[in-house]
Amino acid sequence: MIAIVDYGIGNIQSIRNMLLKLDQSSVFANNPKVLEQSEGIILPGVGAFGEGISKLKASGLIPALEHQVFHQNKPVLGICLGMQMMMTRSSEGQVDGLNWIPGEVRRFPAQIGDLTLRIPHIGWSAVRVKKSSALTAPLRDNSRFYFVHSYYASCADREDVLLESDYGISFDSAISRNNVFGVQFHPEKSHAFGMELLKAFACLTLK
Amino acid sequence: MKFVEPYRRVIPTLLFYGEGLVKTIAFKNPVYIGDPINAVKIFNDKCVDELVFLDLNVCQRRSKLNLALLEEISSECFMPLSYGGGISSVEDIIALNRLGVEKAIINSAGVLSDGFIREASLRCGASSIVASIDYKNDLFGRSRVYIKGGSQKTSWNPVDLAIKYQEDGVGEIMVNSIDRDGRMNGYDLDLARTLGNQLSVPFILAGGAGTKSHLKEGFDAGASAVAAGSLFVFQGPHKAVLISYVNQEDLIKAIL
Repeated sequence: MIAIVDYGIGNIQSIRNMLLKLDQSSVFANNPKVLEQSEGIILPGVGAFGEGISKLKASGLIPALEHQVFHQNKPVLGICLGMQMMMTRSSEGQVDGLNWIPGEVRRFPAQIGDLTLRIPHIGWSAVRVKKSSALTAPLRDNSRFYFVHSYYASCADREDVLLESDYGISFDSAISRNNVFGVQFHPEKSHAFGMELLKAFACLTLK
Repeated sequence: MKFVEPYRRVIPTLLFYGEGLVKTIAFKNPVYIGDPINAVKIFNDKCVDELVFLDLNVCQRRSKLNLALLEEISSECFMPLSYGGGISSVEDIIALNRLGVEKAIINSAGVLSDGFIREASLRCGASSIVASIDYKNDLFGRSRVYIKGGSQKTSWNPVDLAIKYQEDGVGEIMVNSIDRDGRMNGYDLDLARTLGNQLSVPFILAGGAGTKSHLKEGFDAGASAVAAGSLFVFQGPHKAVLISYVNQEDLIKAIL
């Protein structure tokens, strides 16, 4: 069973809907007990970094999450803001993150040379594989994912980068360190491509 | 100004009215076209880029959001889903997000309660909010914004309102020409060019698409995404109802 962290933020139902389609059981987790009973954890999130972190802190779940991830070694997948919160800090309000994967979250530049970026980056983008992993193994050449974000993650250690994407600049669209995984895009909103990725994550939870 | 754009998004728009999906002309004369859940399943199978779902019941009568229906739609929708109709509080948006509807389309409330777009963008995240602007031209050729499903005229010009919403921090803007709605003879390209030059947030062009080449014209005029209703629900010269979606590969070829 996969626990979807419910701390009052994020489109948690759509993640559950896609897991249902995959015949993967899941549960919304708003207390440590549910996290403990799970085999894997999804940390969702949309919106502002500061609001996300303060809601996660207010939920009181951070110590239990860290116990499950670092002592029980359960696979965890951060999605969108959930991934960004796994980083060290964000320039969106100068707020500290969970620091599970070292790196920074920065705002897209509005201008690069004579190119103007419409921000947020909303839409489908391709991904480039930087490092092979069980999570991204099912990706195909034409895989594309749905992104909605104004800020992007940048890993301090390039070894932690699984996928890169481009929006004016190149940014880290999937990251991982040991059993911690994060994706900037929304697999739950990316049709068959996202379904394959979530299926791969579900398989990791069975090990 | 050169813009970097991701993959060009084409967004089918579904209108819910009474008990089913309808299509209007100039926001009037709704014609029944089918069942919403069935339509969502079709668009899902075709891997569409995104869906916009608008509830005219709620828009025009200001009744409560039909969360039960939205929950059902969202459970079948493995693509981005935006909803519009009667959203007037941050609580509405949070309720939608929890159901799996990740973008809230705000129209009337943006005009009626100054500061709502700003508050919603700040609290829910700019990228969860789409500010929607319906407009039509009056007898003197002036463009004016209408609210409440096109039933109430305001003194706003659509370009000025779009710029105001951008300054309020919204993530995306959708403009819909009431005059062109359901006519299938092309988008308002003049407005698209103006907004293309003046906006730094993405904007969705809606109202008037009847062919694949209209979609391309919209992008070429500067739109970040294009929305269409009739194009995806009517077939042939007699406008027979057939909910479909052009093959994704063909579509990509047509809009590049």
